[in-house]
Amino acid sequence: MSFSPSLGFAKLFLPSPSLLNFMALDSTAFSPTSLDEAYELLTRFVSQAKIIAGGTDLMVLMNARQLNAERFIDIWALNELRGISDEGETIRIGALTTYTQLIKSPLIQLHAPALAEASRTIGAIQIQNRGTIGGNIVNASPAGDSLPVLAAFDAEVEVGSVRGVRRIGFNEFYTGYRKTVMAADEIVLAVRAPKLKPGERSFFYKVGTRRAQAISKIVMAVKAKTTDGMINSINISLGSVAPTVIRAPQTESLLANATLNDEVIWQAATHLSKEVSPITDMRSTEHYRRKVARNALAKILSQMV
Amino acid sequence: MAVGQNVLRKEGYEKLTGAARYIDDITLDGMLHGKTIRSSIPCGRIKSITFDPDYDWSRIVVADYRDIPGNNYVALIENDQPLLAETEIRHCEEPILLIAAESKHEAEVAARHIRIEYEESPPVLTIEEALEGDRIIYGSDNIFKSFLIARGDVDEGFKQAHTIVEGEYRVPHQEQLYIEPQGMIAIPGDNAMTVMGSMQCPYYIHKALKHVFNLSDEQVIVIQTTTGGGFGGKEEYPSVIAAHAALLAHKAGRPVKLVYDRAEDIAATPKRHPGIIRHRTGVTKEGQLVASEIDILFDGGAYVTLSPVVLSRGAIHALGPYRCDNVRITARAVATNTPPNGAFRGFGAPQVTFAYEMQMEKVAAKLILDSVTIRQINMLREGDITATGQRLNWSVGSEDVFNAVVDRKKFFEKRGNAADKSDLRGKLYGIGLSFFFHGAGFTGSGEAKMKAQAGIGITPEGRARVLSGSTEIGQGTRTIFSQIVADELGIGCDDVEVEEPDTSRVPDSGPTVASRTCMVVGRVVQLAAYEVKQKLLRFVAERYGDADVKLIEGRFDANGKELASFSEIARAYLDLRGELKAYASYANPPGIEWDDETYTGDAYPVFSWGAMVAEVEVDPVTWAVTVTKITTAQDIGRAINPVLAAGQIEGGTLQAVGYGVLEELVWNRGRIINNQLTNYIIPTSLDAPEIETIIIEKEYPHGPFGAKGVGELPMDGAAPAIALAVYDAVGHFVTEIPITPERLMVVAG
Ligand SMILES: Cc1cc2nc3c(=O)[nH]c(=O)nc-3n(C[C@H](O)[C@H](O)[C@H](O)COP(=O)(O)OP(=O)(O)OC[C@H]3O[C@@H](n4cnc5c(N)ncnc54)[C@H](O)[C@@H]3O)c2cc1C
Repeated sequence: MSFSPSLGFAKLFLPSPSLLNFMALDSTAFSPTSLDEAYELLTRFVSQAKIIAGGTDLMVLMNARQLNAERFIDIWALNELRGISDEGETIRIGALTTYTQLIKSPLIQLHAPALAEASRTIGAIQIQNRGTIGGNIVNASPAGDSLPVLAAFDAEVEVGSVRGVRRIGFNEFYTGYRKTVMAADEIVLAVRAPKLKPGERSFFYKVGTRRAQAISKIVMAVKAKTTDGMINSINISLGSVAPTVIRAPQTESLLANATLNDEVIWQAATHLSKEVSPITDMRSTEHYRRKVARNALAKILSQMV
Repeated sequence: MAVGQNVLRKEGYEKLTGAARYIDDITLDGMLHGKTIRSSIPCGRIKSITFDPDYDWSRIVVADYRDIPGNNYVALIENDQPLLAETEIRHCEEPILLIAAESKHEAEVAARHIRIEYEESPPVLTIEEALEGDRIIYGSDNIFKSFLIARGDVDEGFKQAHTIVEGEYRVPHQEQLYIEPQGMIAIPGDNAMTVMGSMQCPYYIHKALKHVFNLSDEQVIVIQTTTGGGFGGKEEYPSVIAAHAALLAHKAGRPVKLVYDRAEDIAATPKRHPGIIRHRTGVTKEGQLVASEIDILFDGGAYVTLSPVVLSRGAIHALGPYRCDNVRITARAVATNTPPNGAFRGFGAPQVTFAYEMQMEKVAAKLILDSVTIRQINMLREGDITATGQRLNWSVGSEDVFNAVVDRKKFFEKRGNAADKSDLRGKLYGIGLSFFFHGAGFTGSGEAKMKAQAGIGITPEGRARVLSGSTEIGQGTRTIFSQIVADELGIGCDDVEVEEPDTSRVPDSGPTVASRTCMVVGRVVQLAAYEVKQKLLRFVAERYGDADVKLIEGRFDANGKELASFSEIARAYLDLRGELKAYASYANPPGIEWDDETYTGDAYPVFSWGAMVAEVEVDPVTWAVTVTKITTAQDIGRAINPVLAAGQIEGGTLQAVGYGVLEELVWNRGRIINNQLTNYIIPTSLDAPEIETIIIEKEYPHGPFGAKGVGELPMDGAAPAIALAVYDAVGHFVTEIPITPERLMVVAG
């Protein structure tokens, strides 16, 4: 397939007048109807083009005139990026899956309940209807609420381009503040989360600035397998305490094979508050984030006893 | 009767259906779009302004201070705020240049091609720095204004005291956050200027424009468009925007629209004054106040603007609704290199209310008295005398509101519920109360000097039309005015129209502020309606001989015989005599006297009263405070429209919940950095407590149908009630709001 300068393969997306207000006037937006078209557009424009999914992150930037992309590739019509499917050991979640779809999905409720829980805390209903998990992943905010769950689940991101499809472990996906390993012409196709195994449970804990429409000041997800109060395995991950979503390997190994009691819980929780490296910003303080990371883990662990 | 009924909002249909047009919905032929270029430093001088030589400036209108035909100041109290900076910069976001282009986008792009260089000086950013006086930025001591209220002999009072309690309290900036950002359109004329837009006070803008353009009263016309909230934020600053738009329009010879987006609105427009308030209180063993020394410090920002009047209201309310014979209140507003602080619902009172209610609790704790008893002992009642020496002669609902919400038994039962305080699993429950009052109308001699005017005209259809400069900003002005007039004339509300606030058509009723619209202007509207009624009665009497004429339920009777309807007679009057209009103006009730020199006397013709119980849950994991329930009783004289009055109480209470626990501006070198809705945290519906409102009606004999003020009172009580509930829940006394989880965690150690 070759690129046609007449753009015959891509309908010109005509923004509604209100949308036009937000966009730089010289920008152009395309609505590919197949993945191949999208790949072509990305190859053609590479870093000048911005993918737009639900737009709930991008539009905020545009409104604040902090985004000066020249071209937009609207992937909303790519139905192959939708859907939640059972693949045996894993659940595959299409990049365009919205939070509302995650909340309502029986597969998610059963096999990755913490993801449904996280989705319920995101924005409010309007955002849940429009915001996508792919957008949350690529936006790469350290405060993205679905990210700690994906990290705790050792999920895998499926990324595609003209060169083909590759899979990246979620914990290798971010390289720094708002940086990912993706190339400029790649699209996130899906994310795969291993199903909870027998005896495994997942937990989600968000501390926002208020009770809705709140960015996380600290957010945590835990996946653990316990037998009779003993931890067989545990994954702990946190957002808003470092430049990227992180795992807490030291605290995890401290807890591995431990039998939970008040003392162990408090030790591990206190250790976590030292393991994280939060900063003071306009939403919260370093001191607060450390203390609450401790309290939140203690609370989660005490639910396992 | 219309008064006391939940008559539907006059403008409700247009707002609900989206038909109402706000300023940004309006486009005029040939209209340009303006933009304000502002300083990026808090203090210093402009070294140079460079216009990119490669940019096509022929399409752009640029105005600076040299384009001002009249005076380069925003006329208010002191006229010290320049409309556009000349060389001196006194705060971040200070307007320097104005530009206008064919589109908003083009104006944005052009703005990026202007470079301003500064010579910076170290700024004064806090009250403490202003008082240290190392750098003088105003007068000889950085003090804009100070007041002293003195009564009795404090030193003697402290000698009599069994216990002396000291406390220091801190209150933050707060953003009004009306839904509709500020904006204006200016239309230039031949030696004339018309401005329309979002505003509270058309005549403030009228005055400011006259000074900027050297125009006469008649040459300036100001029209209010549908306004999406104000909360004080559209009291003084709209004069700046109006004059900016007008200056661009004047230079361009075309209409210019200047509308702020949220980021600019939060960054540049006035906030509630932050403050530091210190109390020293002497009490007897039984808990009676015998001496009170209070020191108030407000941060006024870079220009005087409204600080003197905000400070004055703060000082007058500082002792709270309590009796004390020996009082010394000192109050100062200081200058800092931050954007001027200004009007915000409550106007100095919410700040001091937080302080005096926290102090009251501290006094109680010291004496091992309970929260209820200490307030009952000291509460002002009818016949008592306030800090300024005002005897409370009428409409004193203090005990009524207090008893309506504070059921001693239930209150202490709930206090007892505050269970185990150390369990991460459960939430910590707490309950607290506050008692407060709010003077309605301008402070001191304000109303006597203002002499607010309003009128009633008769339309060709024989309907009454209210002529007033008071604005509808969502609070219900149009609806309550029509209810008042309907009952005064004995006609239906639908037969009353309310003229658009347009300075060429309505008289100066004073600003729409200070909880004065219903009580003061409503009264004047009622008087004008009375005049119209008398004229019509005389007219009917003259036409029907010396008949005994009455106006009953919209119909005229002569000698017990039904003659005609109000509108028929009104039309007959117009046919035979031409126009029918009557104006009235406000005068204080008899016996209300104020002395500006000594700051003594009747600070307000009457006070409204409030009491509140707040219940909270504190999460021991996150230290987040959730306000679960607020029960409040407020004495507002008479609820002209109970649903609207309850709406004021609920809305004000919620705004005060934000003030108490959530809202905090984050500053970096004199600049607000969280100027977005994402990070300036106001309550959402999920953060809103259940609010139970009880309206108490102790009628005020000189208000319309007994009404007093209700707009601001609800803003006063929630912050201290919540802080005291938190005290109950966690055992820590928080002296600074907002009680964010971060702050509470530090206080609780
Ligand atoms: C009011 C409000 C509240 C919010 N609350 C929360 C919250 O509580 N928690 C939270 O985590 N977030 C929140 N957000 C942020 C946002 O809604 C989420 O991050 C959402 O998941 C973004 O998805 P989107 O589809 O809208 O992304 P978009 O805005 O369309 O895109 C975001 C970024 O991802 C890129 N992108 C999107 N999809 C793909 C793809 N498939 N492949 C490659 N690149 C892609 C875009 O180019 C862009 O850089 C909120 C936003 C708003 C406006």
